[in-house]
Amino acid sequence: MKHFSNTYIFIFSVIMVIIVAVLLSFVAMQLKPLQELNKEIERKEDILASVKEAGEASDVKEKNTYIEQEFSKYITDSYVVDYNGEVVEGEDAFEITLKIEEQADKEFENRLFPVFVYTDEGGGHCYIVPVRGKGLWGPIWGYISFESDFNTIYGAIFDHVGETPGLGAEINTTWFESEFEGKKIFNEKGNFVSIAVLKSTDTQSNPHAVDAISGGTITSNGLNDMLEENLSGYVNHFKNK
Amino acid sequence: MTEKEPLLSAKNLKLIREPLGQSNPITVQVLGICSALAITVQLKPAIVMTISVIAVMAISNVVISLLRKLIPPRIRIIVELVVIATLVILVDEILQAFAYEVSKQLSVFVGLIITNCIIMGRLEAFAMANKPWASFLDGLGNAFGYGLILIIVSFFRELFGAGTLLGYQVIPQSFYDFGYENNGMMVLPPMALVVVGIIIWVQRSRNKDLVEQN
Repeated sequence: MKHFSNTYIFIFSVIMVIIVAVLLSFVAMQLKPLQELNKEIERKEDILASVKEAGEASDVKEKNTYIEQEFSKYITDSYVVDYNGEVVEGEDAFEITLKIEEQADKEFENRLFPVFVYTDEGGGHCYIVPVRGKGLWGPIWGYISFESDFNTIYGAIFDHVGETPGLGAEINTTWFESEFEGKKIFNEKGNFVSIAVLKSTDTQSNPHAVDAISGGTITSNGLNDMLEENLSGYVNHFKNK
Repeated sequence: MTEKEPLLSAKNLKLIREPLGQSNPITVQVLGICSALAITVQLKPAIVMTISVIAVMAISNVVISLLRKLIPPRIRIIVELVVIATLVILVDEILQAFAYEVSKQLSVFVGLIITNCIIMGRLEAFAMANKPWASFLDGLGNAFGYGLILIIVSFFRELFGAGTLLGYQVIPQSFYDFGYENNGMMVLPPMALVVVGIIIWVQRSRNKDLVEQN
């Protein structure tokens, strides 16, 4: 076997690593705009899905234009509120939603809370808020749409990066998401109670709870905490309405 | 080896043909089973995975073969891994840019091509000792062999599990009206193992050379 000196091995590794690093960063920089666009479209599709629009997204040829069209058609307004429920001028709700993980690093009182206004064909309004939290293996997020009483949930959708398939990953399935429809986040006295994700007690008749996923306890708990934390930021705003 | 060997000589063709059948990486060498179970629920991700593995495998085989006299044996495994990992990250980036939905479906499994033992195995066993062209063919052959099984398995799983192929309904509604039901088991990973098992059984009953003597 040919003998290689330590110096040779060292230089070989250094050159190899430099070439690889340059190549990968170049490609990453080149493809970044396209990847960002894909993410934007995905967020818009999710926002629309929380109000049960854009259902044909997987059937149409030009998906990007379809989503953009539907988004500008139905999402008629958006604004950003702070913890006290005051509207913050000069902030773009969609920009903040794209980088919603940045909000989690801030003190709760300093966070910004985006709201999207949906107008249906009859002129009725829904208010969509993004939520983001921690599952078992990674981040989970979702969009909750409220009816114009700012209390009753009209629709909810969730997604995740890598929850366990068949268990925690079930949060993005229709059976789980549809449980949220018609639930209320304020009790009769008008106090904020969020939506609890509970182990199968009688969640059907409880307007403030949904049935958790068996075997997906940590994801379910994460979702529970996500809702409580994120929605509590909107309480002052919702109460003022 | 003669200098003027034709590009597609019998020996070179064998490099492509053998992994499709009698030395198939999945059914004979039983490598890469993990990903074969995970991404064969539907035909489309299986095809994308196949294309990704073909690209990674062929290119990494050529790169390692070109470098084989420069690579110090003491760090060869590291070099092989760096080459594979680089290619896989490239594939992942490209999928994220041009096939976002599919990349979401494949999620971690694209990254896990790095740990696909077929690729490491071929680099170690073949590319480190052979010329680039032969290595390229060997890479193609093995990746096709792997992809062939993925596609067969996902064909059956999607057909019986969801009644569709590539997302299009192929089992007519009238069957469902007569009480036909999709087999939910097919969608779960264990059935992939059963389907792979059936393929191995069929292959071995047709080719007695593969049956172990003991």
